[in-house]
Amino acid sequence: MSKVLLEIQGLRKQYGTVEVLKGVDCTMHEGEVISIIGSSGSGKTTMLRCINMLEEFQGGRILLEGEDIGYEQAGSVRRRKSEKDIARQRALTGMAFQQFNLFPHMTAAHNVMLGLVKVKRMPRDEARAVAEKWLDRVGLASRADHYPGQLSGGQQQRVAIARAIAMNPRLMLFDEVTSALDPELVGEVLQVIKGLAADGMSMLLVTHEMRFAYEVSSRVIFMNQGVICEEGEPKEMFVRPKTERLAEFLKTSSFN
Amino acid sequence: MGYTLNFAAVWRSFDQLLEGLLLSLGLAFISILIGTVIGLLVAFALTAKSGWVQRPAAIYVTIIRNLPILVLVLFAYFALPQMGVRLGKIESFVAVLSIYSGAYLAEVFRAGLISIPKGLTEAGLAIGLTLMQIRVSIIVPLMLRNVLPSLSSTVISLFKDTSLAAAIAVPELTFEARKINVETFRVIETWIVASGLYVATCSVLAALMRLVERRLSVPR
Repeated sequence: MSKVLLEIQGLRKQYGTVEVLKGVDCTMHEGEVISIIGSSGSGKTTMLRCINMLEEFQGGRILLEGEDIGYEQAGSVRRRKSEKDIARQRALTGMAFQQFNLFPHMTAAHNVMLGLVKVKRMPRDEARAVAEKWLDRVGLASRADHYPGQLSGGQQQRVAIARAIAMNPRLMLFDEVTSALDPELVGEVLQVIKGLAADGMSMLLVTHEMRFAYEVSSRVIFMNQGVICEEGEPKEMFVRPKTERLAEFLKTSSFN
Repeated sequence: MGYTLNFAAVWRSFDQLLEGLLLSLGLAFISILIGTVIGLLVAFALTAKSGWVQRPAAIYVTIIRNLPILVLVLFAYFALPQMGVRLGKIESFVAVLSIYSGAYLAEVFRAGLISIPKGLTEAGLAIGLTLMQIRVSIIVPLMLRNVLPSLSSTVISLFKDTSLAAAIAVPELTFEARKINVETFRVIETWIVASGLYVATCSVLAALMRLVERRLSVPR
């Protein structure tokens, strides 16, 4: 087995008095592609967002390559790391969002270049070359100088994936990246993700595309009410669910 | 009415009016520049989550916006020296117009800030940018584009407010016009010409702002 990339131990998160993550444990190895499925409100997106500190969490630890994400323990006091440290840690993971979140005043190439120039301190022409390479990889070489407003949803999402991947992250996080797309545009985005999986990219995907989760994942995690309810290989999970909950969920989902 | 317009006396002093106009533009330019910096900082403070940051900013905006600028001008020039703060006429007026424009611009900027989707900040954070880098590269450029149309009328309005400097004898356009009025008794002519200069300048300002708006607009 390849080495451990991500370790989540007893992750707890609450909004006010509502507990949305009630102790999540999960270990992920390098090169794994894990899909997180579950009904809305099960905590899957929240868990993903804790990994790059877009959400604070109140209990447990997240370790990326052995390094504590977001918080450090000084004796009995747990405190948030410095913003500089957190920014550095965030650059170790890449994220693609449901709403793409491209910077609308920048061309596709500039969207990809921004992190390379400002975070990685890459010279502009070098950053431009990297941006073009990745835009080409997602099939958008000819759209490098287009603004997001001039691109279709599927194209915007592919630019957003290129923007994240260009930073050379250790782990990619996909947060329902096809949910905001018209059905005919879903395929092109999933194709890009499949390509990345084939390259050995470590990925965590929150998704409602059961067929896709089945095809692309090495492992599937089913979350329910803030805990991991069942996990395993997709063939097992989708065909012979062990828990009642998962069986029910699969019945109402689009898998069949 | 039996009155014949005669502009000759006004034209003889036209240079004075132009010098006044130039000073008006200078006062407005410097004050709006300082006001923009104040406005940006205050706008971010107004949208801050922490009450310790947000409240002082809100108090500043409320006080300044509820005071007539003439009162501020007179206060700064006549009352502050009594309290030991002695400023020259021009410095005093620039300080007042900067603080005044800061409050108005803060409100304009705040409106622009709240219309920017939170997801853009998150996307910036996710690639490892710091909040400051996100503000500089993403939020401020987008906010400025959002507010340009309303910024135009604020800028013009602030330019016109320079006429209140006449109250403390700053030799800007209105002050010069009043001087010519008193010296030549060509009351109607003087104020027609001064008004013309204000209208022309404001029109040019508006056209410039529209140009900037067009240049910065994002293709879609």
